[in-house]
Amino acid sequence: MITVSDLRKVYRQGSNDVVALGGVSLEVPTGKIHGIVGHSGAGKSTLVRCLTLLDQPTSGTVAVNGKELTNVSADELRDARRRIGMVFQHANLFDSRTTEQNVGYPLELTGTPKKQIAAKVAELLELVGLTKFAKAYPSQLSGGQRQRVGIARALATDPDVLLCDEPTSALDPKTTDEILDLVKKLRDRLNITVLIITHEMHVVKQACDSVSLLEGGFIVEHGDIASVITNAQGRLAHTLLPLPGDAPRSAGAGTILDLLYTGDQATEPVISAVSRTFNIDVNVLAGSVEQLGDQQYAHLRIQLPLDADVETITNYLLSNGIAVTVKGTK
Amino acid sequence: MDFLTPTVQKAMLTATWETVEMVLISGVVTVVVGLLLGILLHVTGKGGLAPVRWLNAILSGIIVNITRSIPFAILMVALIPLAVIIVGTSLGPVAASVSLTIGTVPFFARLVETALRDVSSGKVDAALVMGSTKMQVIRKVLVPEAMPGIVSAITTTVVTLIGYSAMAGLVGGGGLGRMAYTYGYTRYNPGIMILTIIIIVIMVQIVQVIGDLIARKVDHR
Repeated sequence: MITVSDLRKVYRQGSNDVVALGGVSLEVPTGKIHGIVGHSGAGKSTLVRCLTLLDQPTSGTVAVNGKELTNVSADELRDARRRIGMVFQHANLFDSRTTEQNVGYPLELTGTPKKQIAAKVAELLELVGLTKFAKAYPSQLSGGQRQRVGIARALATDPDVLLCDEPTSALDPKTTDEILDLVKKLRDRLNITVLIITHEMHVVKQACDSVSLLEGGFIVEHGDIASVITNAQGRLAHTLLPLPGDAPRSAGAGTILDLLYTGDQATEPVISAVSRTFNIDVNVLAGSVEQLGDQQYAHLRIQLPLDADVETITNYLLSNGIAVTVKGTK
Repeated sequence: MDFLTPTVQKAMLTATWETVEMVLISGVVTVVVGLLLGILLHVTGKGGLAPVRWLNAILSGIIVNITRSIPFAILMVALIPLAVIIVGTSLGPVAASVSLTIGTVPFFARLVETALRDVSSGKVDAALVMGSTKMQVIRKVLVPEAMPGIVSAITTTVVTLIGYSAMAGLVGGGGLGRMAYTYGYTRYNPGIMILTIIIIVIMVQIVQVIGDLIARKVDHR
């Protein structure tokens, strides 16, 4: 479990104070994958650097399984850091070392006997499927393979938390999914807590149990995937399940509604139910329906005829557990 | 080749050996001292592993920059008294090595600093996050990762030393520089002049080829 409370980072720039993090709090329970999403400049990098104490936060605390990382001595910090395994965007492997030497690096630091290192490294390479490449140098590996080495290296100290900083942003879509599947597999196998910092919504959809939206140094929205995706007022719903590119705002006259719903409703014929119950024609302007995890989610934009009783229909939809936004009449 | 009398042959051999001696002594000392100084320059610098502003200012601004801005010909002459203090004489290749070393250490240290700066900060971050001490970061990450650059720096420095050693020969160091001057210039013997040049060119080539070979061997980038 990782607990972050009221983490603030203020940089001094000339005579101005620049607030990079305005008080970030979050808690990821053991065995869960949490995503932190945000655009560039939202404070993601600062957050990562503060979580690992590469930068000293101005105030606030970071704790792994109740053990604080902030406000400890340099020696204690080094030990504490070994409770967090970190995966970097560009893997940051050491080019002068082979795969096995890279993975063994964290163990070398504490003077672990060579035999023990070799055994642990072999086990980790097996886990990430790179046994064949033990003697290869990073330059001989593909981007996906390098990231696997990075993950194996991060796991060498048996950390409680895996912190992934844009782990797939330098990878192609297929490799991205492979790496995310690996992260999920590791979570299941090791019951490790995972924190993924990313700008890619795809990563959140593919791997995360819960998500936080970071903006301007603040977490502006957070929750389980199911709850944020069906929150019509939230921003995450629209970015996680966007309507296709140039969704038409209208096709002729009528009232436009946006519907967000999940699970059972998504498999039920909501639209035709409305059509039959109110005896009107419903026009579907745009929509996306996706399976995330074991749950199905839908985001639809529909148009009702001008003479339809919008309020009654809205209430009918709401009573069926569907989030409705009236986009206006034209 | 009639200028190659037995006397000249012997002198040429001695001179070549003296040059090798000067380059070897000053080369080894330069690499050891310069590597340490280069690491210090990088580590204490802005954004370095352990920034120490005043120390960096002294090392970089005063020692390195001032030494580097003095032309070697002048530095060499100026350092003759120092050679007397350290090795007891101002003559011979060992004495010349003192000024050679002091002249090239700052140059080599700067090259090492550049090579270390080329190691991406991400690798240093990764090493720190994994719980490395600063010493471990230097020994296990910074230096090994910069090794290809450091090897090239050593090659460049040794080649420079060969050139400087010829100059040092003129003020009592001996070696091929002296040979070219006394036999080639003063006695006006173009054959000897050309031969010393050829020997020096071959030396430089050998150093360069070996250096490139090692650099390729340690470069896994």
